[in-house]
Amino acid sequence: MLELKGIDLRVEAEATVQILEHIDLTLLEKKIYAITGPNGSGKSSLARVIMGISKPTSGTIHFDGKDITETDITERARMGIGYAFQHPPRFKGIKVRDILTLSKADKSDQGGVCDLLYSVGLCSQDYLNRDLDASLSGGEIKRVEIATILAQNLKLAVFDEPEAGIDLWSFQRLAETFKEMHEKTDTTIVIISHQERILELADEIILMADGTIKRNIPKDEILRKGFVDDLCACKANCGKRGMEAC
Amino acid sequence: MLNDLDSLMLEKVAELHGVPEGAYNIRKNGEGAGRNVTANIDIVTKEDKPGIDVIVKPHTQGESVHIPVIVTQEGLNDMVYNTFEIGEEADGQIVAGCGIHNAGEKQAEHDGVHEFFIRKGARIRYIEKHYGQGEGTGKKILNPQTIIHAEENSVVELELIQIMGIDNTVRDTEVHLADGAKLIVTERLLTTGGQEAKSNITVEMTGEDTSAQIISRSVAQGRSRQDYYFDLIGRNKCRGHIQCDAIIMEEAVVLSTPKISAYHSDAQLVHEAAIGKLESEQLVKLMTLGLTEKEAEDTILKGFLR
Repeated sequence: MLELKGIDLRVEAEATVQILEHIDLTLLEKKIYAITGPNGSGKSSLARVIMGISKPTSGTIHFDGKDITETDITERARMGIGYAFQHPPRFKGIKVRDILTLSKADKSDQGGVCDLLYSVGLCSQDYLNRDLDASLSGGEIKRVEIATILAQNLKLAVFDEPEAGIDLWSFQRLAETFKEMHEKTDTTIVIISHQERILELADEIILMADGTIKRNIPKDEILRKGFVDDLCACKANCGKRGMEAC
Repeated sequence: MLNDLDSLMLEKVAELHGVPEGAYNIRKNGEGAGRNVTANIDIVTKEDKPGIDVIVKPHTQGESVHIPVIVTQEGLNDMVYNTFEIGEEADGQIVAGCGIHNAGEKQAEHDGVHEFFIRKGARIRYIEKHYGQGEGTGKKILNPQTIIHAEENSVVELELIQIMGIDNTVRDTEVHLADGAKLIVTERLLTTGGQEAKSNITVEMTGEDTSAQIISRSVAQGRSRQDYYFDLIGRNKCRGHIQCDAIIMEEAVVLSTPKISAYHSDAQLVHEAAIGKLESEQLVKLMTLGLTEKEAEDTILKGFLR
């Protein structure tokens, strides 16, 4: 359903920086994919290329057989591609209820927003009328972000480190949410994660390092403790995978 | 008599659909165009200068007063002095606001001086909306001056909103708080084209255990210019917080001067001011929900000015 061919992403700064290098990737319907790898390996950049937020320097993207390489974010969203931000933006004056209503395919449909919050472990009475601003904790805003994805009737949902900033209880709930989404919908789910529990849910784990996809490494090997740390450029098993800097 | 245009203006500035219930005074082109008083709220025309006295009896509960002003005549320079006497322990709402429709080439201006005496324990919400329209080249100008004397343990909420169509405004607000008095100011301002807006808010926290919160949000578009000056003055044990945020777009100019002045060691005063563009991640987030860039921008601005 999604096919990336020869995707390169280069950024011109003082020097040219290669973010993604010749990515070939095919995603199939109703599968769960986990993307893992050390910080700076290009996971988020790949997700943003899929959503259309970043334009690849070269390569093509096809979605359901259609070339969407030049298709903008809005159009991709309307085609059924969704993206949950690693660091969701905050809005002054926009309420949790508003963003969930905007997320729904039928934007005039006010129903069901309570169920969406329940799915991410938030009480609708407490949260629907809260502003989506700095008054929400990091974990709360991440959960609302995930609810905005659940609200959409997506063909492809990409979650960028959904566990970051979420406490242990919510994290267990999160894994259940992905399972439920998988069971109840036909959505292809892509989750960028470092968490074993999330990686275990996946039909396939995609390992990234230095802007490329590392192939032919068995799932058991990837799940081995310390494996991803070993790929990190600093070579230190610092236990800080998934944090801003390691 | 009110015509369709007048009704539209009333809807824009006071959310009124027809003549309001309860006490009201409608001023049109410098003259009275309708008034109603109730058993608890009296409205009296001033004898020495243009304007009215609004008198709310002590202990009045849950009543509202609408005092909208409509200007539809070009070349008019309307000046009004209104005084509000809010009796002890009264609780109510005053909806003011001015709508200007200027279809001509000459400017239309309304200036108002509003003085409030909020007696002990009273609680009042004052909503002032400004709105302008009209195809003419004549400017639409509004200059409100608001002076508030809040007595012991009174609560004052001010909502000052100017969403569109006013070419020039200078808004002066001065508040004096006695022991235990509380103030909440919410200001929303949008300027477009070549419009200019200036807002000065000075709050004197003279009494003990007073508190004041000013939340100002604005959007400046086109070549418009906004100039803010806020001063929270703590002369006793008090708490004060100013938060002003502006979104600046295109070639607009925004100047913001939040000032806090403490004359007492138990005065706790905070100010926060931020001016910035629309955040691209906010736009992108809404576009990932299927909104176009324009729809995303409108949604963010509408929320911000809500």
